Amino acid sequence: MILSTHGLSKHFAGLQAVRDVDFDLPQGQVRALIGPNGAGKSTLVNMICGRTQPSSGRVMFDGRDITTLAAHKRINLGMAYTFQITSVFDRLPVAENVGLAARRRLHGKAQVDKAVRYALDQVGLLDRIDQEAGDLSYGHQRLLEIAMGLVQRPRLLILDEPTQGLAEGEITAFKALIRALAGKTTILLIEHNMSVVMDLSDQVTVLNFGAVLATGTPDEIHANRAVQAAYLGTG
Amino acid sequence: MRRETRKVVALHGGLLLLLFALQFTLPAYHHGNLARIMVLASYAIGYNILFGYTGLLSLGHALFFASGMYGMSLTIQHFSFTPAPALLAGIIAGLIVSTALGLLALRTSGVAFMIVTLMFAQAGYLSILYFGKWTRGDEGFVIQQAQRSLWGIDLSDPGNRYFAALILFATCLMVSLWLVRRPFGKTLIAIRENEERVRMLGYDTFAHKLGAVVISGTIAATAGAFYGLLFGYAGASFATVQYSIFPLLWVLLGGAGTILGPFIGTLFMFYLIDLSSGVTTAYMLIAGVALVLLTLFAPQGLVGILRAKLWSWLP
Repeated sequence: MILSTHGLSKHFAGLQAVRDVDFDLPQGQVRALIGPNGAGKSTLVNMICGRTQPSSGRVMFDGRDITTLAAHKRINLGMAYTFQITSVFDRLPVAENVGLAARRRLHGKAQVDKAVRYALDQVGLLDRIDQEAGDLSYGHQRLLEIAMGLVQRPRLLILDEPTQGLAEGEITAFKALIRALAGKTTILLIEHNMSVVMDLSDQVTVLNFGAVLATGTPDEIHANRAVQAAYLGTG
Repeated sequence: MRRETRKVVALHGGLLLLLFALQFTLPAYHHGNLARIMVLASYAIGYNILFGYTGLLSLGHALFFASGMYGMSLTIQHFSFTPAPALLAGIIAGLIVSTALGLLALRTSGVAFMIVTLMFAQAGYLSILYFGKWTRGDEGFVIQQAQRSLWGIDLSDPGNRYFAALILFATCLMVSLWLVRRPFGKTLIAIRENEERVRMLGYDTFAHKLGAVVISGTIAATAGAFYGLLFGYAGASFATVQYSIFPLLWVLLGGAGTILGPFIGTLFMFYLIDLSSGVTTAYMLIAGVALVLLTLFAPQGLVGILRAKLWSWLP
């Protein structure tokens, strides 16, 4: 297992956002994390990457207990996190946005430049390399976020709603990109778009009211009555 | 990219050459002013690294300026240091004080950071008054001409003083230019833009901000040490709030987050006060109105406008 959580819980002033989550993610898998709004997806992921401290429970990464490790140190262990709300450096050029992500791993201008161009090419933004990130369209900023994740060559890539706001064509390109990474990089995908979830993930975990409702292949989840009830309400 | 580097070198090198040449042509009065401006601009360069490039607004830089000034002058006065080791003592004092202040003040951010730095600087100022027996408090003390001879060069001589100020300014300018083009400096800029994002790219933002405080504070202290030595006086007035606000104003006027902004801002403000005080005793009113106009119509500062409108390559 590259990532696992044991009894992970978080409550905010009496509200139980995540309760007792045991979550296992094997190396190389593409896992989707889905659930209705307020199910605790973002809180769970924030605890995994260190932006939020859990109330109880443990987080293990690659066999190591990282529950109390600072966020930037987790990133250095090989996690990468892309933000749900686009969080690029608006006033810096596209190249510098990706360069910042690359320089933690690579040294020397030539090497960094090469990795930056490669990552931008992967998401199809190479022709915009000299633009300011703030001048990009929303969809392109989402792709830039993904490039900033890719260039880190993470062992675990956490994508928080990557396709939100993307056009149809961009979503198709995104799917192809993730398929190309599958097997090499472990991916945790928080996603609302069911076509993306069904097409890309090896396994799906469903959260509801802060707890794991079901885990299984996309087809199993599709057929799961409890999941249908959670999404559609019990009739 | 390479063409831009050439432009950057030409512009900044050109300014330094111009300042060198002015030494031989300026009338005595402006010659003396420019030496003072170059030392104060070095102080502003230090301030700009923290404020302009890292995005941390300190209201306590007078503490660093005074650390350098007193680290230098007290060792001359009480331990009979010669100027070279005394300058070094001033720089080391700045290094220590800025490290300590950084470790404490960086536990806060935003408005709290401003208040904490202001309070520590006030504590520094009051300490200078409290230890008046050695520092002579508000009144301060003069560093005699005989004590200001560096390797046989008399620093009270206007020509030598000008060169010393130019060397200090050139060094600070080049250090800041080098810094912001390095990965470390680029990370500082990114912290200014979006600290949380930088942290989630795996950078230790606390360590980077501490580094910025130490570099900024040490440059400010170096300027303070030179100021005391070149102009032969150390006094508690240099540790007052006023001296924390000055570099903020200079940098804002000249352009925060630009390499030349601190110099242009200091030059502008110095002559604004100088010229208006020749016209009226209410010269601070004129300076105030100019500041209000600039913040209204040119919030990015003089060099900031230049970068926005003409030379986008300006570092």
